[in-house]
Amino acid sequence: MRISLVTVVFFGCIQFYFSQGSISGNIETIYQYLVTDTLIGADQPAEKSLVNSYANINYRNQGFKAGVRMEAYMPHILGYPDRFDGAGLGYRYFGYENELVDVTFGNFYDQFGSGLIFRSYEDRALGLDNMMNGFRVKLKPFKGVVLRVNYGRQRFSFSEGSNIYSPALVRALDAEFNLNEWFPKMEEKNVRLSVAGSFVSKYQKDNNPKFILPENTGSYGGRFDFGYKKFFLNAEYVIKEQDPSQDNGYIYNYGKGILINAGYSQKGFGVLLSAKSIDNMSFRSDRDAALQDLQIGFIPPLTKTHTYNLVATLYPYASQPNGEVAFQGDIFYKFKRGSYLGGKYGTDLALNYSTAYAPIQNTSSIPAGDSSRVMYNSTLFDKSSLIYWRDINVTVEKKFTKNFKMKWNYFNLVFNNDIIKLTSANGKVQSHIAVIEGEYKINKKHSIRAELQGLWTVDDYINNFDPDRGNWATAVVEYTVSPDWYFSLVFQSNYGNPVEADRINYPIAIIGKIWGATRLQLAYGRQNEGLFCVGGVCRFVPASNGLTVSFTHSF
Amino acid sequence: MKKLITTICLTAILGLAFGQEEKEIFDKNVPAVDLKDVNGKTWNTGEISNDGKPIVISFWATWCSPCKKELNTIHEDYIDWVDETGVKLIAVSIDDERTKSRVVPYVDSKGWEYDVLLDPNGEFKRAMGVNNVPHTFVIDGAGKIVYSHNNYAPGDEIKLYELLLELSSN
Repeated sequence: MRISLVTVVFFGCIQFYFSQGSISGNIETIYQYLVTDTLIGADQPAEKSLVNSYANINYRNQGFKAGVRMEAYMPHILGYPDRFDGAGLGYRYFGYENELVDVTFGNFYDQFGSGLIFRSYEDRALGLDNMMNGFRVKLKPFKGVVLRVNYGRQRFSFSEGSNIYSPALVRALDAEFNLNEWFPKMEEKNVRLSVAGSFVSKYQKDNNPKFILPENTGSYGGRFDFGYKKFFLNAEYVIKEQDPSQDNGYIYNYGKGILINAGYSQKGFGVLLSAKSIDNMSFRSDRDAALQDLQIGFIPPLTKTHTYNLVATLYPYASQPNGEVAFQGDIFYKFKRGSYLGGKYGTDLALNYSTAYAPIQNTSSIPAGDSSRVMYNSTLFDKSSLIYWRDINVTVEKKFTKNFKMKWNYFNLVFNNDIIKLTSANGKVQSHIAVIEGEYKINKKHSIRAELQGLWTVDDYINNFDPDRGNWATAVVEYTVSPDWYFSLVFQSNYGNPVEADRINYPIAIIGKIWGATRLQLAYGRQNEGLFCVGGVCRFVPASNGLTVSFTHSF
Repeated sequence: MKKLITTICLTAILGLAFGQEEKEIFDKNVPAVDLKDVNGKTWNTGEISNDGKPIVISFWATWCSPCKKELNTIHEDYIDWVDETGVKLIAVSIDDERTKSRVVPYVDSKGWEYDVLLDPNGEFKRAMGVNNVPHTFVIDGAGKIVYSHNNYAPGDEIKLYELLLELSSN
């Protein structure tokens, strides 16, 4: 075994020396030195410092491809599950591809359609990685046809330096037909149409003494993507067979879901409408898994991904896989140059509205004493008046001179904390958020940018609005020297907390240096968790107090 | 002994990987990944070409303000860039299903004349070794990656423009 490994590596080396190939990859290291901070409930870890480190290497040569990722958690940074520890190989694959076939053995990622019943992906900053371990075949047998077969188990964890995979085996098949490649006339008439179908099945042994559980659970769906000139409409409909799990309380209902997007756009104007209805669609490769673990499908939240500190970090929304009815609308508009509202450079306007409600689950049609454990009947888009989430926001962006521009934002958020449970508030929390941003270009290389943000919660017990943690403010000042330096100061304050002792300030100082595809960033201070954008890059970060050093390099 | 050989070989591979610019043992080509553009047409990224003129590949997302700032700033001068350097800019959106459908309305409302590709599951992002967005690459006329920058600060576009001028005059 060892000899053969050495031989492979040796001939691999020879191969590397004598034939050209292409190599790409990256390195990421995040180091934290944390201090105890009783105000935000942070303790200094026994090791004092934490580090996550990753190195990806991908090699390609004439259709042959192979790659590895080394991971190290020594120990893991804040926000990662405790089962992530040690150093070792977290991802490896090899494969071959030509115009007909693309095969991959080992670890791989893939997504069918919108991902409702199959999406394996990586979001490292969130500690999420449900990669498959098995094999994948992608076949293009005819023009306009793509078939995919994915077999494997999903990564659950990385313990003592090696991957731990899901108890369930996942088998997935997808067939996609691009009709434009068959009927060239469609192209001339500006019509685009593709249709696809997928089937995903999981097998997990019945491990439950109380119920007779289905060991094989199938899930299937169909989708289409239609376009005519500047109009588009796409939709996916999925069904899941009986899948009793911890998520749904071991019910034997079928699951179903639909996601529809429609849009129209032209120069200077765009409009988008989305609708989603989900019922009992949690689909995992372990029926006892919880949180973000081992999800086979991905149910996208129909909300805008916000980037400003307060609106992005305090009250983010996550999809409710057991059931929700959600809608979203977007309008983008540009007031033309030279018009009254456009001014010299034009003015950009963006409106976004999103909302999510609890579905109606009708139990009256289920006979008393029924032992099938089918607990209710439901119809897609049949929503109740129980609101989960609402977000109305508007952004106006205007350039005044060659060197100065501003952005104004207003957000009105409502979320139901009884369901989403983000904080200790009871009932709903409503907040008004305003953000003003200005950017001034001092000269060709030097720029300064500032943000002022305020968040005000509504205190209205009659209408069941809980003030939660009260009012917040954030100020950001960022100085950049193109192309290689940036300096930022961020000051966040929960100045309006009803509990005086909890009026916490979060000051952070950041300095960063860039060498092309290499960046080094030092941040010191107290940090709230969430999507954090600074120095030109956005990433998710957990709460901490202390020094965080991050290093990234691509090659 | 075997361990030693393995170590030497691995060191050699890593050495080559990091020291490639000097030795040019490895091509820095664009890896081949199938991506759809905003019209549903499939592109093989390994076959992207621009008649011997430079190509800019810029990774962005609708939720990334610096990315949008970069692409909007370049767009103000893009026509001149195309005239002077023959450049083609390909904007690769890494928006996932949550925000993917916002890409077309956003792009059209801004009037971008770039080719916009969708990478909702990060396949191309992974293949190109991208950690964070924005990340911008420059491909020369021979299809080699000659420049890569992981950030955007106002003024960065000037350096990019100068590089494109240099590439197109060669």
